[in-house]
Amino acid sequence: MSYSIILYTVLMLSALGVVSAIILYFVAQKFKVFEDPRIDEVEAVLPGANCGGCGFPGCRGFADAFVKADDISTMFCPPGGNETFAAAAKVLGKEAIAQDPMIAVVRCSGSPEHRSRTSTYDGAQSCKIATTLFSGDTGCQFGCLGLGDCVVVCKFDAIYIDETTGLPVISDEKCTACGACVKACPKFIIEMRKKDPKGKRIFVSCINKEKGGVAKKSCAVACIGCGKCVKVCPHDAITMENNLAYIDYLKCKLCRKCVEDCPTNAILELHFPPRKPKVEVEVQPEKTE
Amino acid sequence: MLKTFTKGGVHPPENKFSANAAIENLPLPKQVVIPISQHIGAPAAATVAKGDKVLVGQVIAKSSGFVSANIHSSVSGTVASLDAVLDSTGYKKPAITITVEGDEWLPEIDRSLELKKEFSFTTEEIIAKVSAAGVVGLGGATFPSHVKLSIPKGKKADVLIINGVECEPYLTSDHRLMLEKAHELMVGIEILKKALGVEHAIIGIENNKPDAISYLIKIASEYKGIEVQGLKVKYPQGGEKQLIKALINREVPSGGLPIDVGTVVHNVGTAVAVYDAVQKNKPLIERVVTITGKSLPKTGNFMVRIGTPISQLIEAAGGLPTDTGKVVNGGPMMGKALNTIDAPVTKGTSGVISFPEKEAKRVPEKPACIRCAKCVSVCPMGLEPFLLNRLSQRKIFDRLEAEKVLDCMECGSCSFVCPANLPLLDYIRLGKGEVNAIIRARKN
Repeated sequence: MSYSIILYTVLMLSALGVVSAIILYFVAQKFKVFEDPRIDEVEAVLPGANCGGCGFPGCRGFADAFVKADDISTMFCPPGGNETFAAAAKVLGKEAIAQDPMIAVVRCSGSPEHRSRTSTYDGAQSCKIATTLFSGDTGCQFGCLGLGDCVVVCKFDAIYIDETTGLPVISDEKCTACGACVKACPKFIIEMRKKDPKGKRIFVSCINKEKGGVAKKSCAVACIGCGKCVKVCPHDAITMENNLAYIDYLKCKLCRKCVEDCPTNAILELHFPPRKPKVEVEVQPEKTE
Repeated sequence: MLKTFTKGGVHPPENKFSANAAIENLPLPKQVVIPISQHIGAPAAATVAKGDKVLVGQVIAKSSGFVSANIHSSVSGTVASLDAVLDSTGYKKPAITITVEGDEWLPEIDRSLELKKEFSFTTEEIIAKVSAAGVVGLGGATFPSHVKLSIPKGKKADVLIINGVECEPYLTSDHRLMLEKAHELMVGIEILKKALGVEHAIIGIENNKPDAISYLIKIASEYKGIEVQGLKVKYPQGGEKQLIKALINREVPSGGLPIDVGTVVHNVGTAVAVYDAVQKNKPLIERVVTITGKSLPKTGNFMVRIGTPISQLIEAAGGLPTDTGKVVNGGPMMGKALNTIDAPVTKGTSGVISFPEKEAKRVPEKPACIRCAKCVSVCPMGLEPFLLNRLSQRKIFDRLEAEKVLDCMECGSCSFVCPANLPLLDYIRLGKGEVNAIIRARKN
């Protein structure tokens, strides 16, 4: 008696299972969503950092858009670089155009020794909040606040705030040029610039648009808009707008003539071999006078 | 019985040191800096050039839209420059700098102190006069008053509310104005009533100013349809929506305006400015400013010309004590710390407060929110500040919008009560800005 109950139950449930499986199979066939298998392949090639540097929501979002796109020339994966992008393009059988490797640079050298403090801020530790409240705790309304919004958004641990200078320092090895810090900085201080194979770069480390005297008064290493660099540049790479020099990284041949001529040391050179009289290799040039 | 609003509210220490100091005229400064944007809305467009001679009351910048206001010269002298000048936040803002020479007024301004009760202007004439005089809300929000008086089609007001609450601690400028310019205030209210087409006006005053309540009740009996109502002391009762709830028990819908519930709210200072504009042809060129602080040698209330450097006001109060840690423009709850005391007094400056170093510092934050919900219980708008704070930090802006972050009026009650001293309002304000930007982008 009791055995037959077990038998019937097992049979009943098995039959139910088989019927359900058949129904589910046909339903699954009917509602099948076709997904391009290449999306998975492309995603596998990508770094998987989900940094958003490409402009899409994560690597999967990029892979999806990448497979569907007709023209891939406007797309790029900054953290992956040319190699990864070429591999991704290969999945689709397309040709990838190599792009110059980029790196973020901080265009402010206003450490406390160069910029005197005019007020103190003890509010919420966020540059974005501080900018809405006031111009900054130094005389320069353009300069870095040093509260580290860029550090918070960096997914690659490539930025830290230097304790003595109070300014962000970007690691050459870790920075993938995803651009998150550029978007996070409310003062628009961080810029993406071309990365020389050896990491050499020259840029104006200041965004102060005030006239010379005012800029100089608020910060000792400010660009005073004197125009010496524009005159000395043999490659026409430097332009002057609103009392502020800008070096076009596509035209700059890294000759370093402007660095020598800058009266306020506002132009920085990084990763160059040391010069004979004066050593200037670090992020913050130590002034000898 | 005393009325008050129902939702939330806090009781910060009142510290109204300057309540008994009569309004004094501050001596004319050597130079005034008049920003061209002292109101909510489009900045005014300068109409003078460098070197021009101007008289007191002359228009120096014209309103550049409906929501904008004229700016008048508060002194007579020569325009020294039109360059941008550092404002109280440390950013450079366009302003008109005038070197003071004598004190010559435009001839059409009636400078006599005689009360002028009778008027026979139409609604349009009143609005035109208020608009020409550059009157803005003097409670602090500086919203152009003529806009509030122009009721949109299809809506109707049945009661005018006059805000004499002054719920911010320390500040006493409205209090003194009610005591010293009561008749001007009443005539101003009559004019506002006429412009809005209402019969009834209520003046709301917190009962920490019993002298003002009893005095105004006496004066109001001489006028028709003006009622004075005492209110329980509770911050932020001076908020428009809170005052409407307290006085006439109506609730302004989320995203709505007081006119949606049939009322318009004006500050007592604004009502007096409207009297000056309509009856005396005097534009808004000066205002009462409270200068106070625990360690200041002298506290007081001064009639200050717009554009006077705040440093001069501080001098009149005996100079900054050495232990000063912060000077705040406005009340201690909603005011902003000054970056420089050379910033000018503007139409929205109701007070300047100096705080000693140890009071000025923010108390260090504790590590986390423990969901005690104190902020929820004090929020006068019925929001959940702890949640808005977190959503803003995590950049979940669609949810932030759904949680009605735009209803926040930044009264700061949440930050005031937070036992962990979290900077709640800072992050909520940030979130508000982001949500506003998203909404603007959506419309375009």
